Amino acid sequence: MFESLSDKLQSVFDTLGRRGRLTEADVDKALREVRLALLEADVNFKVVKEFVARVRERAIGADVLRSLTPAQQVIKIVNEELIATLGESARLDLSGPPPNVIMLVGLQGSGKTTMAAKLANRLRSSGQRPLLVAADTYRPAAVTQLEVLGRQIDIPVHSEGVTPPPPEIVGRGLRRAREEARTIVILDTAGRLTIDPQMMAELVAIKALAKPREILLVADAMTGQEAVRVAQDFHQQVGLTGLVLTKIDGDARGGAAISMRAVTGVPIKFLGTSEKIDGIEVFHPDRLSSRILGMGDMLTMIEKAEAVMDQEETARMEKKLRAASFDLDDFLKQTRQIKKMGSISSLLEMIPGIGQAAKSLDPVAVDKQMRRLEAIISSMTMQERRSPNLLNGSRKRRVAAGSGTSVQEVNALLSQFRQMQRTMKQLQSGRRGGGGLGKLFGL
Amino acid sequence: MRTQGLGFARGRRYNSPRTPRGLAPGGHLLFSPCCLEDVLVLSRFRRATVATEDQEKLDQSLEKTRRGVLGRIGALFQGNEIEDDLWEGLEEALIMGDVGVETSLKLVEATRTRVRTQGVKRVSDAYQILKEEMVRILRGDAPPFDLDNRHRLLNIGLIVGVNGSGKTTSIGKLAHYYRRQGRRVTIAAGDTFRAAAIDQLKIWGQRAGVSVIAHAPGADPGAVVYDAIRASQESRDADILLIDTAGRLHTNFNLMKEMEKIRNVAQRQVHKAPHEVLLVLDATTGQNAITQAQKFGASVSVSGVILTKLDSTAKGGVVLAIADQLGVPVRFVGTGEKITDLAEFDPWVFVDALLDANA
Ligand SMILES: Nc1nc2c(ncn2[C@@H]2O[C@H](COP(=O)(O)OP(=O)(O)OP(=O)(O)O)[C@@H](O)[C@H]2O)c(=O)[nH]1
Ligand SMILES: [Mg+2]
Repeated sequence: MFESLSDKLQSVFDTLGRRGRLTEADVDKALREVRLALLEADVNFKVVKEFVARVRERAIGADVLRSLTPAQQVIKIVNEELIATLGESARLDLSGPPPNVIMLVGLQGSGKTTMAAKLANRLRSSGQRPLLVAADTYRPAAVTQLEVLGRQIDIPVHSEGVTPPPPEIVGRGLRRAREEARTIVILDTAGRLTIDPQMMAELVAIKALAKPREILLVADAMTGQEAVRVAQDFHQQVGLTGLVLTKIDGDARGGAAISMRAVTGVPIKFLGTSEKIDGIEVFHPDRLSSRILGMGDMLTMIEKAEAVMDQEETARMEKKLRAASFDLDDFLKQTRQIKKMGSISSLLEMIPGIGQAAKSLDPVAVDKQMRRLEAIISSMTMQERRSPNLLNGSRKRRVAAGSGTSVQEVNALLSQFRQMQRTMKQLQSGRRGGGGLGKLFGL
Repeated sequence: MRTQGLGFARGRRYNSPRTPRGLAPGGHLLFSPCCLEDVLVLSRFRRATVATEDQEKLDQSLEKTRRGVLGRIGALFQGNEIEDDLWEGLEEALIMGDVGVETSLKLVEATRTRVRTQGVKRVSDAYQILKEEMVRILRGDAPPFDLDNRHRLLNIGLIVGVNGSGKTTSIGKLAHYYRRQGRRVTIAAGDTFRAAAIDQLKIWGQRAGVSVIAHAPGADPGAVVYDAIRASQESRDADILLIDTAGRLHTNFNLMKEMEKIRNVAQRQVHKAPHEVLLVLDATTGQNAITQAQKFGASVSVSGVILTKLDSTAKGGVVLAIADQLGVPVRFVGTGEKITDLAEFDPWVFVDALLDANA
C-alpha cells in the first residue's frame, strides 16, 4: 500500500531539520512528494501541476506555526487547498415545480442504475414520492435490473422494454409521474462514451424533453487520468449540475474527484459507498481530502461512533485531544467503545495509519488483535498509560508478560499510538477554525 | 498533422532483423524479447484467419486513441535532436496515459540508458527504443495462454473483476469468439447477487449461441459452478467453460473469500482448473488497477487481464504497470459493446496506438 503522504513529508523534513520558516528549497522538496502522492491518487497531471503551483505560492515563506513541524505545516496547506478545490458539498436542487427530474449520466459500468435506486430510496425517506424511469435500452437486462431494484425497495419503475427510443420512454414516464402525482423522477440512462455522437445526441434530446433539475455525472472512484476529459465532455455536451463518485468503498484514493471538480466547477453531491441500497453518503470535502492524502477517513467513523457514544465522555475526550493530553488510557476506553459499535474492521479502515487496507483483513484476526491491544494496555499501570514514555525495557517486559504478548508487540502498539497522536495533531491543525475535528477521538 | 516520416509507419517494423523464436502449441506466442516481428506477423495472420473484423475494429478504435494524449509522445519524437525536454515530455505523456509514475520513470530511464549506450542520435531511433521497451514489459515472460487446449476435455476460465468492469460482456464476446473457432462453449452464471445479472448473461448466451447454466438469484455461486462443470462433463457438450462472477471490490474480505470458494470448486472437480483466471479491467481505471491485480492475484492467482473499453478515449496504460510490477499479461481487449468487439491483445498494436503521432 501507499505510504501516507504525512509519513513521506515527515521524512523529507527530518532530513532538513526544523526551521522557523519554510524556504524555497524545503518547499520544493516537499512538493515533489505532494506531486507524487497526487499522481498516485489519480489526480490528473495538469490539475496536479496547477494545484502544486498554488500550494507552492502559499507555502514559501509561510511561518511555521509554533505548534507544528514543517511537514505538518505543508500538510496543513495542502489539505486546505485540497478542501478548497473539492468545494463544499451541495444539496440536490429540487426547488422546481414537481415532478423534479434527476437525470443520471455517465460511462458504461460506472454505477448509474444502482445509484438511481439508492437516490430514489433516500429521497423517499425524506418525504418525496419518486418514480424511476428505465431509459437504458441498450445494455442487456438493464431494464430488468432497475425493475428488480424498484421491487426490492418498493418504488415504482416506469419501463417499456427495450424497443421504444429512450426519449419516448422518458416522455411517457414524465406523463405517468404527473398523473400519479410523483414529486421526483429519476432517469437511468445507458452508459455511453462521450465520443459517440449518436448516443450523446440522445442525451441532449432527453434533456430537452425532461428539463431535468439535476444532471448528475456518475463516475467511478477508480477512474484515472481520463476523468478530466470525461467530465469536461459530458459537461460541455449536456451541462452537468453535480458529480457522484461511486465505489468509494474500494481503496482507490479518488483523485479523479479533484480532476472532475477542477475542470467542471460542478459540485460533488454524493458518494456511493456499497452495493447495498443504503450505500449512499453526502459528500464531505474534508473527508475526501484526507483520503486522497492517505490520512484515513476519520470523520465518517466519528459520525458512526457518535450514534453510540456517551455525549459527556465525548466532550471530555475532545477537550483532552485539544490539550494534546490524549493518553493510552483514553485509547483503551475508546477501544472498548469501538467494540460496542460492532464491525470492527469497517471502523478500523477509517483510522489513519491503518487505512483502507483494514477492510481486506480477516475480521476474526482483527478481533484478536483488538483483544491483544486491550490486554497490553490493561497490563500497564495507570501512570504508564498516562505517560507511555515511562515504559522502559524492564517495564515493557513486565507488560508483555502480564498480557501474554511480547515486547515487540508492546513496542508496535506504542509506535502506532504515537503515529496516531501525530496524525491527530496534523489533522487538527489542518483545519480552519477547528470545526469538529477535535471530536476526532471522541468515540 | 500526421507525419509518417519517422520510419515507424505500420509495416516498417516487419523489416527489422530479429531472430525468430517459435510458437507454443495452439498457435500461442512464446513471449520472448527478440521475436517481435514474427509474433506480429503470426498473430496478425492468426487473427486474420479467425476474425478479420475484430482486427479492423481494434484498429479503428485504437485509431481513436491515437488522437489522444499519448499520441503526443509521437509528436515529441518528431524533432531531430534528442534534447532534455524530450524526456520530460515523455514522462508526462506516459503518466497522462495512466502508466503510473513508477513505470513511466522506469521506461524513460531504460530508453535514456539505451540511447546513451548505443550512441543513438536520431529522435526516431529513440522512439523505436521506447516502443521496444514498452513491448518488452508488456510481453513479460508469462506462460502461454491456456484456455483453449484441444487435448483437454474441459478448459475452465474464471472471469473476475470489480463492479462494472465488463466481465459479463467479455464472457459473451469470448463465447462468440471460441464458437467461431468451432469450440463448444458453456457459461456458468456465477453472479447470483446483482439484480438481473443472470438475465443479462442469458441474453449474451443467446447471442453467442451457447448454453448458460444458472440457478436462481441469490443461490450459492459455488453450487452453480459445481453443476455447470458436471453438466459440461456429462453432456460432453462443452470443451470450454466460462465462469461469470459477481463484481466485487478487493477490499471486501467476505466477497474475496467467496471468489476463492468458487475457484476451489473448479479446482476440486477438474485437474489444474481453472486453467485461466482472467481479471477484467476497465481501461478508464487509474492506478487502483495495480492494487486490483495484486489483490485478485493474491486471492485467486490471476493469470491474465482482459482490458475493456479501449474504444473510449482512455489509454489503459496501467496495464504496463501491471505487467511490469506483477508480471500479469494482457490477453484480450474489449473495443465496444457488440459481440464481435473483442481482439487478442497484441503488444505492438497497443504500443503503437499509445505512441503513434496523430495528435
Ligand atoms: N464501450 C465499451 N463498453 C463496454 C465494453 N465492455 C463492456 N462494456 C459496457 O460496460 C458496462 C458494464 O459491463 P458488464 O459486462 O455488465 O460489466 P460486469 O463487470 O459484468 O458488471 P457487474 O457484473 O455489474 O460487476 C455495460 O454497459 C457494457 O455494455 C467495451 O469494451 N467498450
Ligand atoms: Mg456482470
